Amino acid sequence: MKIIPHDDEYTHVIPPSLYVGIWATLMVLTLITVLASFAELGIFNIVLALLIATIKGTLVVLFFMHLRYSPKLTMVAVIASVCFLLILFSLTMTDYLSRHWATFPGR
Amino acid sequence: MATSSEIQTAERSFQHHFASIEQQRDTATFGMWMFLLTEIMFFGGLFCSYLVYRRTYYEAFVEGSQKMNIILGAVNTAVLICSSLSMAMGVRAAQTGKPKLMVILLLVTILFGFGFLGIKAVEYHEHWVNHEFPGPNFHFETGDPAHPATDPLHTQIYFGLYWSMTGLHALHMIIGIGLVTWLVLAGMRGAFSPIYYSPVENVGLYWHFVDLVWIYLFPLLYLISHKHSG
Repeated sequence: MKIIPHDDEYTHVIPPSLYVGIWATLMVLTLITVLASFAELGIFNIVLALLIATIKGTLVVLFFMHLRYSPKLTMVAVIASVCFLLILFSLTMTDYLSRHWATFPGR
Repeated sequence: MATSSEIQTAERSFQHHFASIEQQRDTATFGMWMFLLTEIMFFGGLFCSYLVYRRTYYEAFVEGSQKMNIILGAVNTAVLICSSLSMAMGVRAAQTGKPKLMVILLLVTILFGFGFLGIKAVEYHEHWVNHEFPGPNFHFETGDPAHPATDPLHTQIYFGLYWSMTGLHALHMIIGIGLVTWLVLAGMRGAFSPIYYSPVENVGLYWHFVDLVWIYLFPLLYLISHKHSG
C-alpha cells in the first residue's frame, strides 16, 4: 500500500486529559472575565478582558485546532494573518485617532 | 495497523494527484486554514467598525451594553466551550478509529449548538420586544430617570453592531450544525477511518473558529462596563 504511511503514527493524537484540561482552563477564564468586569479598573477593564480573551483564543487555536502539532507552514500563515489584521486595525486608527490633530484655516 | 476495510476507505478517498494520503490530508487542512483566515478578515471588518464607534461613542456603548443579559451571555460562552470539547473529542475518536463514539460526540456537539442558538433566540426576543433593534421602531431609555440616555442615535449604532456581529456568528453556528450533521450521516455509513478523516478534522477547525469568535464577542459586547452611566 504505497499511499498508506508506513508506521502506525498517522497523525498526532492528543490525550483526552489534555483536552479536558484545556476545557477546564477555558471555563475558569470565562468566570474570571465575568468577575473582572465587575471591578472598576478604568482603562484596564478592556485591557484585561482582551488579554483573557486572547489567552482563551490561543489555547483553542493551539490545542483544539491542533496548531501546535501542525506543519510550520500553517503556523506561519496563522501568525501572518493575525499580524495583518492588526496592521489593518492600526492603519484605520491612524485616521480616526489623528483627525482632531489637524489644524487648518476655518477650524 | 490499519484494517483492510480502513485501507479500502482510504484508497477510495485518495486522489491520484497527491503523493501520499498524508500529503492529501495536510493539503486539505491547510486549505481549511486558508478559508478560516479569510473568515478572520470577514469578521475583522465588523470588529474594526466596533473599535472605531466604541472609541467615538463610548458612553452610548456603555448604556447599550447595560441591556445585555450577562448571565445568559456567560452561560452561552460555557455552552460553546463545552461544544468545542465534545467536537475535539469527536475528532480524536475519528483519529483513533472509534466511529460509534465519534457519532455520539458529534451528536452531543450538535445538541450544544442548538442549546447556544436557543439561548441566543431568548436574548434576541427580549431585545426585539424592548425595541432594541435598529430601525424605525428603535427606542432606547436607560431605565434610570436620573440619567437619561446621552444619545439614543449612537446607542442604535451599538445595537446595530450587536445584531450584525452576533447574527453573523449565529449564521456560522447554523452552518456548523449543518456540517456536523453531514459528518454524523457520513460517519454512520463508515466513511471515516484513522487513515482518512479530513472532513472531520476540518469541520472541527470550523467549529472551533466559531467558538473563537464568540470568545471575543462576549467581553466586547456584554462586558463593556457595569457602572451606571451618567
